[in-house]
Amino acid sequence: MQPFNYKKAGQAENAVALVAPDAEASYLAGGTSLIDLMKLNVQMPKELVDINPLPLSKIEMQGNSLRIGAMARNSDVAYDAIIQQRYPVLSEALLSGASPQLRNMATVGGNLLQRTRCYYFRDTSMPCNKRVPGSGCAAIEGYNRIHAILGGSDRCIATHPSDMAVAMVALDAVVQTRSPNGERSIPLVDFHLLPGETPERETVLQHGELIVAVDLPASNFAKRSHYLKVRDRASYAFAMASVAAALDIQNGIIRSARIALGGVGTKPWRAYDAEKALLNKPANQAAFQAAANAAVAGAKPQKYNAFKVELTRRTIVKALATVGGMA
Amino acid sequence: MKFRLKRRRLGQLMFVSTVAATTSNFVEKSVAQTPVKKTTPMLKSSIPETMKVTLKVNGTAHSLQIEPRVTLLDALREYIGLTGSKKGCDHGQCGACTVLVDGRRVNSCLTFAIMHTDAAITTIEGLEQGNNLHPMQAAFVARDAFQCGYCTPGQICSAVGLVKEGHAKSDADIRELMSGNICRCGAYPNIVAAVRDVLEGKKDAAV
Repeated sequence: MQPFNYKKAGQAENAVALVAPDAEASYLAGGTSLIDLMKLNVQMPKELVDINPLPLSKIEMQGNSLRIGAMARNSDVAYDAIIQQRYPVLSEALLSGASPQLRNMATVGGNLLQRTRCYYFRDTSMPCNKRVPGSGCAAIEGYNRIHAILGGSDRCIATHPSDMAVAMVALDAVVQTRSPNGERSIPLVDFHLLPGETPERETVLQHGELIVAVDLPASNFAKRSHYLKVRDRASYAFAMASVAAALDIQNGIIRSARIALGGVGTKPWRAYDAEKALLNKPANQAAFQAAANAAVAGAKPQKYNAFKVELTRRTIVKALATVGGMA
Repeated sequence: MKFRLKRRRLGQLMFVSTVAATTSNFVEKSVAQTPVKKTTPMLKSSIPETMKVTLKVNGTAHSLQIEPRVTLLDALREYIGLTGSKKGCDHGQCGACTVLVDGRRVNSCLTFAIMHTDAAITTIEGLEQGNNLHPMQAAFVARDAFQCGYCTPGQICSAVGLVKEGHAKSDADIRELMSGNICRCGAYPNIVAAVRDVLEGKKDAAV
């Protein structure tokens, strides 16, 4: 690992003042993703500003929204009573991700910013447009079983690895940030960028912009929600396909629906077409299958991941059946 | 009782031999490392080599002069001499390095020592209660919950964290909540049994 300067910040404004002016500086939160990648020489910050002392770990109601502090640990969010009761999909997503040890370390802000698990991104001996812009993509012609079928470009097909972000995208979450230019709110669905021509740019954050909280608005669908994750082993693995599903059903008719996908998209994937296919339809298998078909209509599978198209469909149908009480 | 003493003596011997080996290898190592340093493009003069870091481990304060990039695991093993916590994958994937920081189980390989100057760190060496094994250690012995033993300190620290968290209600929960600790020998059934014993309050089954 390359050496770096280390500083601790006790207040958000100090942290921003330390990182923003220095292009080679980075925030250090839970460290589970960053330190891993520093060991691989994939990330090599010259200066780390430890933001663990920041008072940003509360989970509390603010009006009708639930505000989750950016430094709240994944485990604390997952077991929070309000979240388990009102946003079960988020608790389930968090508990399906990583291990208990990692969840005790990883933060909400860091989880949104975690990097892809693409093998070629993590291997500095291979070309990767995300790691070294313009160097090429080893995955498109390579072993791409774990890669994206939605949102890819001819530069990058790496998936976003987060489970938490998938649930949050389904819940219309809003990211609150702070930078030298002030504070701003970013809907999570607009927070991550498609790779396009610039896969090295993963979010709309400016350098030094600090995530301070994530807000979950009140909704009529969140309480009836579920996260279903399919992976290569029973636990402690990244998703081959995952689905965050939420439904508001009145008299058997779907009045609002949220579907987001993980493990198959280059960003936490909101399946708007699938949601549209469910709206004002009776909550039954036919509607769920139609939604599943709509979700993968634009899929572009690679040589080794064509199985993900059908896997995604089936995962969506099963998740919706569970939420609809028909599983 | 005999078994416990033997294990402890073995631990002491291993510790002494590690220190001896480290000391005798020092000259050799520093020579061997010189060319590596030359090939690495780094060391901007503004980056400090070492900083003073005080860690409270198993109730004892240790003052170390280390680089910020030293992980908590390396600080415990290489600088303090507590080699119970094991380096398996060094990437947070195997759980062999699990320790408790302020009572919460974490992967000590994925965190820097310098981040924990205000914390109480507990390693496998600090679980013993007086002259008695921690109930989880005793349960692992009673249930024969290991084969080669390499993952065991991490398994036990993780299991102690699991019990404290209070979310495991069934064997399925135990398996899920111990999934961050990999055992290559495949001692899982006995590990689940040991954790279940402690959750059910069967203490000191081995003694």
